[in-house]
Amino acid sequence: MKYIVALIVGLLFGVSLFIAAMIYNPFIADRGLSPLSVTDGEVMSLSYSSVPSENIIFTNDGDSRQQPHPQKVLQLWEASIRQTSMMTTVMRDARGQTAGIGIKFSSRSERTRLLNGEALVDSTWYIYLPGRGSLFIEQSENYWPFLREVAFPAWRSSANNWKGTWLGDMTSGPGALGTAKVIGGSGVLLGLDTHGLESLSVRAYSSDEGHVSAEGRLLIELPSIVADDGSE
Amino acid sequence: MLKTFIFGTLLGIAAGAGALYAYPAVDQHREASIVTVAPNGGNIESFHVNVPMDRIMVGAPGRKQPLPPGLRWPADEKLGGVRVELFKVRNARDIVVGVASRTLANDGDNNVIDWVLHLPARGSLYVTMQPQALEGGLRRGGITAGSREFAPLNGFMTERWVADTSGEEDAPSGRIELRANYVGEFVPQDDEMLE
Repeated sequence: MKYIVALIVGLLFGVSLFIAAMIYNPFIADRGLSPLSVTDGEVMSLSYSSVPSENIIFTNDGDSRQQPHPQKVLQLWEASIRQTSMMTTVMRDARGQTAGIGIKFSSRSERTRLLNGEALVDSTWYIYLPGRGSLFIEQSENYWPFLREVAFPAWRSSANNWKGTWLGDMTSGPGALGTAKVIGGSGVLLGLDTHGLESLSVRAYSSDEGHVSAEGRLLIELPSIVADDGSE
Repeated sequence: MLKTFIFGTLLGIAAGAGALYAYPAVDQHREASIVTVAPNGGNIESFHVNVPMDRIMVGAPGRKQPLPPGLRWPADEKLGGVRVELFKVRNARDIVVGVASRTLANDGDNNVIDWVLHLPARGSLYVTMQPQALEGGLRRGGITAGSREFAPLNGFMTERWVADTSGEEDAPSGRIELRANYVGEFVPQDDEMLE
């Protein structure tokens, strides 16, 4: 009997050890600076609030941590879209002025490999900037560093929240250097084919409600012909 | 007993790693695509939006009854000519397969009508519509970009409003029909195909 107890205790200890090793694995480190953060080229900067209640609309399956906003918005409960969220938000330029409107579709990715430190989300942005045109952005985002450094400490805290300063690049592809693909669809941005990067800055997070204070930022590299017309 | 404990620990580590490796953390639900072959090449896929039940948002300045209730459209003048609608999208079997946005903007001389279809298990499709409608209320636009499964595809999409004539009590007032016509690019798989 005592051998069975030892085996079960050992088994539980092993699973716990494995989970701890995954969370604190020093070999799964941040990628460091993205090439776009240090580019010499012109860059368009667009920021938005990452707190659902500060967006125009945010919806998901209704059972997730982040609650839909406004409260009576249609929820995405059907099987095909249950792991998807949708957001419409005001995009602000580098001076904090309204630059346009952004719509973000995010779906959990089947390429997620927690063993490799990849909690992936496939997301698509559509951004319309009055006077400049529209943009379509395709990217994969890796939420593992965020989960490890913000969400897990918040879950572990007795108050179920986390406060501090966390800044991370979320974009991890499809570009070879971990950048997003950006396509211009109209206006002066028509024909644009370039790279982008989304980063997230979190100051407060609750494991019950999700983001409490957080801001997202999109950096889009502009070729000189477009930059002459509208870079920040 | 210590040996049993160590064996159990190693077994636990192996079980954790094995479980993560064997079972996918994310498994998106898939509906079989209903695609037909176009007579002049390419594939056709039809989607539709039942109005009003699939309408998630209508964002535009000055709406007296916002959808959803409680929606606050930004009062900024810059967004005065922008109207954004969000929908759930259904396939030909009337099953929800994705979500979509339709953006209409009056920007001086340029009218912009853009659709983005997002099908979680497959990818996204970005279509720029022509501002002028064709005969029969049909509007056509080119596939400007796509992600994942749609990335290598070109082609066009049409939109059309079809009013409901069934007269049924719980029937939608109509539907927005979207018909995507995909044309793939030839990508040689190996040198032999080039010969």
